[in-house]
Amino acid sequence: MSILINKASRVVTQGITGKTGMFHTQTSRAYANGKACYVAGVNPKKPGENFEGIPIFATVKDAKAQTGVNVSVIYVPPPFAAAAIWEAVEADLDLVICITEGIPVRDMVKLRERMRKERRRSLLVGPNCPGVITPGEIKIGIMPGHIHKKGRVGVVSRSGTLTYEAVGQLSELGIGQSTAVGIGGDPVNGMKHIDVLKLFNDDPETDAVIMIGEIGGSDEETAAQWVKKNMKKPVVGFIAGVTAPPGKRMGHAGAIISGGKGTAQEKLAVMHACGIKVTKNPAEMGRLLRSVLK
Amino acid sequence: MKIHEYQGKEIFRKFGVPTPRGIACFSVDEAVAAAKQLGGRVWVVKAQIHAGGRGKGGGVKVAKSIDEVKSKAQQILGMQLVTHQTGPGGQKVRRLLIEEGADIRKELYVGMVVDRGTQKVVLMASSEGGMDIEEVAAKTPEKIHKVFIDPATGLSAEDAANVAGKIGITIAAIPEAARLLQALYRCFDESDASLVEVNPLILTNDSRVIALDAKLNFDDNALFRHPDVVAMRDLDEEDPLEIEASKYDLNYISLDGKIGCMVNGAGLAMATMDTIKLFGGSPANFLDVGGGATAEKVTAAFKIMLSNSKVKAILVNIFGGIMKCDTIASGVVAAAREVKLAVPLVVRMKGTNEDLGRKILKDSGLPIISADNMADAAKKVVASIKKKKAVARKKKK
Repeated sequence: MSILINKASRVVTQGITGKTGMFHTQTSRAYANGKACYVAGVNPKKPGENFEGIPIFATVKDAKAQTGVNVSVIYVPPPFAAAAIWEAVEADLDLVICITEGIPVRDMVKLRERMRKERRRSLLVGPNCPGVITPGEIKIGIMPGHIHKKGRVGVVSRSGTLTYEAVGQLSELGIGQSTAVGIGGDPVNGMKHIDVLKLFNDDPETDAVIMIGEIGGSDEETAAQWVKKNMKKPVVGFIAGVTAPPGKRMGHAGAIISGGKGTAQEKLAVMHACGIKVTKNPAEMGRLLRSVLK
Repeated sequence: MKIHEYQGKEIFRKFGVPTPRGIACFSVDEAVAAAKQLGGRVWVVKAQIHAGGRGKGGGVKVAKSIDEVKSKAQQILGMQLVTHQTGPGGQKVRRLLIEEGADIRKELYVGMVVDRGTQKVVLMASSEGGMDIEEVAAKTPEKIHKVFIDPATGLSAEDAANVAGKIGITIAAIPEAARLLQALYRCFDESDASLVEVNPLILTNDSRVIALDAKLNFDDNALFRHPDVVAMRDLDEEDPLEIEASKYDLNYISLDGKIGCMVNGAGLAMATMDTIKLFGGSPANFLDVGGGATAEKVTAAFKIMLSNSKVKAILVNIFGGIMKCDTIASGVVAAAREVKLAVPLVVRMKGTNEDLGRKILKDSGLPIISADNMADAAKKVVASIKKKKAVARKKKK
C-alpha cells in the first residue's frame, strides 16, 4: 500500500523544460516504475512537443484530460510557483508536490486560504521540500533513490538532507521504508507532520514512523498531541536546532505568537511527554527506530 | 531583510500610517540643521541601528533646545550601542533620526506577523506599549489581543475598531486608530513584510494616534518584487561574513564556538551543530552550502569560516545525494590547499560515490581526518582541538 503515491500513480511534471525539472524527471523516471509513471509535462509555450518521449501539454487540465494524471510535481521558479500549484489544484489532482524553494510567504498565505475557502480536495506537499518516495515503486522529487530500501517504516520530515540521513541509517540497518515524505521547511506549507502521521497510522504496510522536525512553529507539538491520543504505531523523533540561536529569523512578534513554543527543547519535551521516543543524537535515529520494532 | 526605523516610517507614510515628522541625519551638523528645520521646542534624537532595545541602551534621548540636540547627537553618533539584541560588543551608530517631540497620553503596542498554525497574518495589539512585549506576553498574556486576518478581504474596519477599543483607545480616536491599523495591514501585505511592529503606538492628548516607532522586516523570498526596499539595505548593519557568504549563495550565520562546520542542507547543518554540542564542542557557525558544492563554493566557504579567528577546527558533513561525494572531496582538497589549511579538518561524507570520495581525501596527502558517521565526526573534531592544545602545551615546555 504505502501512502500518497505508489506504482499506479500517474505524474505530470510542471516545469519539465527547465534545467532542474529536466534533470529530476530523468532520474525519477529511471527509478523503479518511473517509466510507466511519468506520463506528462506542462509548459504553456510548448504544447505538442515532448521531453524524451514524455508529451508536453499547455496546462495541467489538458494533461489530465489526455493522460489521466493524478499527481503533479512542480519545479517552476519561485515567482510563478504558487500559480502553478493553484493550476494543479484547480485541475483537481489528488496530490501536488512542490519542490520549488523560495516562494514568497504571501503567495502561500493567499493560496492556502483559497484552497480552504473553495474546499479543494487536492493534498499539497511542500513547497521547499525534497518530495515523496515509495521505495521500490516510485520516486517523485529530488531525493537520491538508491539510499532507500522497500520496507515498513514511515518517514516524515521538514528537512531534505536530514531525511536522507535518517533513511540512510535505516537502510544500513536493513530496515526498509514504506514511504518517505519531505513536507518542506517553509513557514506556510501544505501537509504537516500530523497529516502525514494520520496516513501512516491508517496504512497497513507501515509498522512504525520516524518524525523529524526543526525549530520554529508548533507543528511538531500539535502532531505529538495527536500521536498521544490516536497513534496505534510507535513513533520516534528528532528535532534539529538545539544549538540554534534564538531570534535569528524573527523579532519579537514571532516570539509572542509562539508563546514559548518553537524551541527544540520544548518540542523534544512535548514529544517525549506524548510517548514519542526522542534522541538528541541524529546519528542514532535509525537505531532508535529499531529499538521500538517488535 | 531589516531596515532602519526612519526607512520604516517612510514606508508607513506611503500607506497612510501617521508618524511624527522627522529627518534622518549622518552628522551632528545635519542633526542641528534638522532640528531647526523641524521647529518646535522638543526633539527626540534617536540612534538608527537594526537592533531593538535602543532606548534602554541609551540610544534615544529627548532634547529641549538646539544646543541639547547638538550635545545628544554628539553623544549618540559613533557610540557602540549595546542592547539585548546586539550582543556584548554592541553596534556602532552611524545614522540618527531627529524627530519632533510627541505629546504622549498613552503608549500602546501593535505588531503583525504570519501565524504558521492558521496560515494567516495575525494582528497583535496591547495596552502595554513601550515595554518589552515578550515580557508582557509571558506575564500577562490576557493583555495581548489577537486578530487573525482573512487574506482575501484584509483587516475589516469593524475588527480594527474592535481591537482599538480593547487596547484603550478613547472613543473619539477609535475611527482614526482603525484606519491606522488597516493601513498597517495593507503595508504588511503589499510590501511582503514578515514582521511589522510599532512599539509604542501612541495616543496623544489631542486624540491623535501616531506610530512613534517602526520596525519592519521583509520576506527575503519576495524582495525580487520590491527594488525600493532592496535599495534601503544597510550593509553596515550586517555581519560582513554573512554578506560575503551570500555572494556565493552560501547560507552562513556566525556563532560563538570554535568548530567551523560546512554542511549541505539547513536541517542537517543544524543537526551537525547539535551533535558537536552533544559531544562537548561548540559550533562557530551555521553554514549550508546548498545543492551544488563546487570547488569554488567550498573554497569560499572555507575562507569565510577561517576568517573567524575563533575557529580551531573544521567539520565537513555532506550527504551526497544528487551531489556526488567524489566531486565534493575534490572540492574540499582544492579548498584546503588553496587556503593552506592550518587547523584540523574532519570530513564525513555519505551517499553517492562515498568510497571514491574517501580515496581522494586519503590520496591527497593532506592531514584530513575521515569519519564514518555524524557522531564519529563530532567526536573526532572535538578531540582534534584538545589534542592540538596538548601538543601546544608540550611545545611550550
